[in-house]
Amino acid sequence: MENRPLEYDYTVAKWFMIATILLGLVGMLIGVILAWQLAFPSVNTMLGEGLAEYTAFGRLRPLHTDSMAYGFTVSGIMATWYYVGQRVLKVSMAESPFLMFVGKLQFILYVIIVAAVVVSLLLGLTTSKEYAEFEWPIDIGIVVIWVMWGISIFGLIGIRREKSMYISIWYYIACFVAIAMLYLFNNMEVPTYFVAGVGSVWHSVSMYAGTNDALVQWWFGHNAVAFVFTTPIIAMIYYFLPKESGQAVYSYKLSLLSFWGLMFVYLWAGGHHLLFSTVPDWMQTMGSVFSIILILPSWGSAINMLLTMKGEWQQVASSPLIKFMILASTFYMFSTLEGPIQAIKSVNALAHFTDWIVGHVHDGVLGWVAFMIFASLFHMAPRIFKREIYSKSLMNTQFWIQTLGVVLYFTSMWIAGITQGMMWRAHDEFGNLAYSFIDTVTVLHPYYTIRAVGGTLYLVGVFIFAYNMYKTMTGASREVDESEMQNASPMGA
Amino acid sequence: MFHWLEKHPFFFTVVLFVTVAFAGLVEALPNFAEQSRPTIGTKPYTTLELAGRHVYIKNSCNACHSQLIRPFKSETDRYGSYSLSGEYAYDRPFLWGSKRTGPDLMRIGNVRTTDWHENHMWDPSAVVPGTVMPAYKWMFTNAADLDTAYAEMVTVNKVFNVPYNKPIPMKDGEPKVVKMAADVAGARAEALADAKVIAASMKNQDVKDAVAAGKVPEIVALIAYLNSLK
Repeated sequence: MENRPLEYDYTVAKWFMIATILLGLVGMLIGVILAWQLAFPSVNTMLGEGLAEYTAFGRLRPLHTDSMAYGFTVSGIMATWYYVGQRVLKVSMAESPFLMFVGKLQFILYVIIVAAVVVSLLLGLTTSKEYAEFEWPIDIGIVVIWVMWGISIFGLIGIRREKSMYISIWYYIACFVAIAMLYLFNNMEVPTYFVAGVGSVWHSVSMYAGTNDALVQWWFGHNAVAFVFTTPIIAMIYYFLPKESGQAVYSYKLSLLSFWGLMFVYLWAGGHHLLFSTVPDWMQTMGSVFSIILILPSWGSAINMLLTMKGEWQQVASSPLIKFMILASTFYMFSTLEGPIQAIKSVNALAHFTDWIVGHVHDGVLGWVAFMIFASLFHMAPRIFKREIYSKSLMNTQFWIQTLGVVLYFTSMWIAGITQGMMWRAHDEFGNLAYSFIDTVTVLHPYYTIRAVGGTLYLVGVFIFAYNMYKTMTGASREVDESEMQNASPMGA
Repeated sequence: MFHWLEKHPFFFTVVLFVTVAFAGLVEALPNFAEQSRPTIGTKPYTTLELAGRHVYIKNSCNACHSQLIRPFKSETDRYGSYSLSGEYAYDRPFLWGSKRTGPDLMRIGNVRTTDWHENHMWDPSAVVPGTVMPAYKWMFTNAADLDTAYAEMVTVNKVFNVPYNKPIPMKDGEPKVVKMAADVAGARAEALADAKVIAASMKNQDVKDAVAAGKVPEIVALIAYLNSLK
């Protein structure tokens, strides 16, 4: 068999890498502003009364969540896909002008949609459904981008040399398939202009009403977390940790069990967002029970990753990149234990609607998702830009500043959430409510301030990251021989 | 079998899709078979209320305020009777929220007045010292989008059979009719008539002048919506 060196083409990966860094900066900056607004409400008018409409908490909040999920994280997913995909399938983008074109076009459309999202959310054009705020014209654009990604995935798979799909590919396909299904169903909406002929062209009305709408929304909302913040990030760690550490994945069987387990169980758990609501009781119970079961496949992946480091733990001390990945999988374990605990009905009765939930989301996304994306970009940069990472000590500084930031974030939100939940339900000796609502707000001020400090530290880390990456991209060139043989095994070279 | 699937991307994706979609089929579909039925006394929104609901959504009020009272004594003591599914029959989208930075608003119309909302939206900390809610002064000058509210009314009436211009059973046995105007000019006139009633209990001179001149500021629509939450 012919066996020549492969030259991978990282053009699209490079573009998405830059988008990841920029959108990460923007999204987290908005997050930090929101955190300070809750601690000091005068920050709401930081650009003056005239612009208060566009800087108020309500307008910025969807912009923060969406820029983190669909900006930073999705760019990170794409950047790694256009890198990992080629390498584990043993085929170069350069071999197919069509796939190259699709990839580039996908990026250009993505940038246009990002711009449309920023403008429309600032103007208050929103459907109000969490993580599905975009109005219908943007939804259509997103579907187009997603279809193009599908073409890219299955196109590359179609021309692959390596017949067996590596674990990371399973997770990328899962992300593609599940998000396509969830996004389509949750965003079923009727544009009112085309029915009535008057009013705003942008406006639409949900196909579902009330309880049904809530059911679809949280079936979507919970699993958007699963398939944006979990499966593609697992795809990354299954590739980058073995590559970076030089260790083989600990157990193939464990990866099988956790993959198919996760696929089956995750979708059931959405009901835990609706406990004690008006959706049928049996669905709430299913949501609760399956959330507990979810610990198994989640921990399966995390343990598989940690055990991959067996016998090589000294690397955690010597390599900042390994540090990022090991802390990421640790936070994944932590977060996937915390979630099921919050899904237990009696715990949820206390935790729901409080800041504890906000804390949970952030230890997941800051500790697991973002750390893993930083690590992936650090691993890819020298290979894509043919330059060493500019500064290892900056990597270390970033790691410790951000770790401190996350810890401050989730500890303060735990205390805030549990305090608030306990105060809401507290009764005095006569059985009357012990506190008025505002008492439960003012008591949170110190925790909101600590959270804002934690968030700011994390953001400082992102600036360090951006600076480090910028210096890496523009630094003195180093010729690295990154070619590998066409017949090499996916994880071989 | 798994080894085989890993080498056959098409079948891999099919099996994956079935595995992932299974839960949704079992959990979500049965609920859709049963149409969401309104409770007695639940009415569709008027044009002005709907415009106010759009103001609520535009400013993501639902990011900090829930509209879901859970069946706990501490919640019914604080917010009123717990929520029933049928009360949301005309809510597209639902606005349950997921976080209570501020209190639940499901039945806010029972406990707060137009006057209270006016003062509170202008300067929340003057009404509730220690609050973290920002002021919403722009709502006093921005015009509410009545045309889009009317368009939504027509849409839900045509597509989802929301009962406008039909008697709706009420708790006191006296059916009520929520009117939907024949055209957008009629809808504007109806909304303005409702707005005048609200503006009469308000103090802000700019708002009063605007309503007298035939315009409806966002704040008036929002208050109409908040007053309807009972």
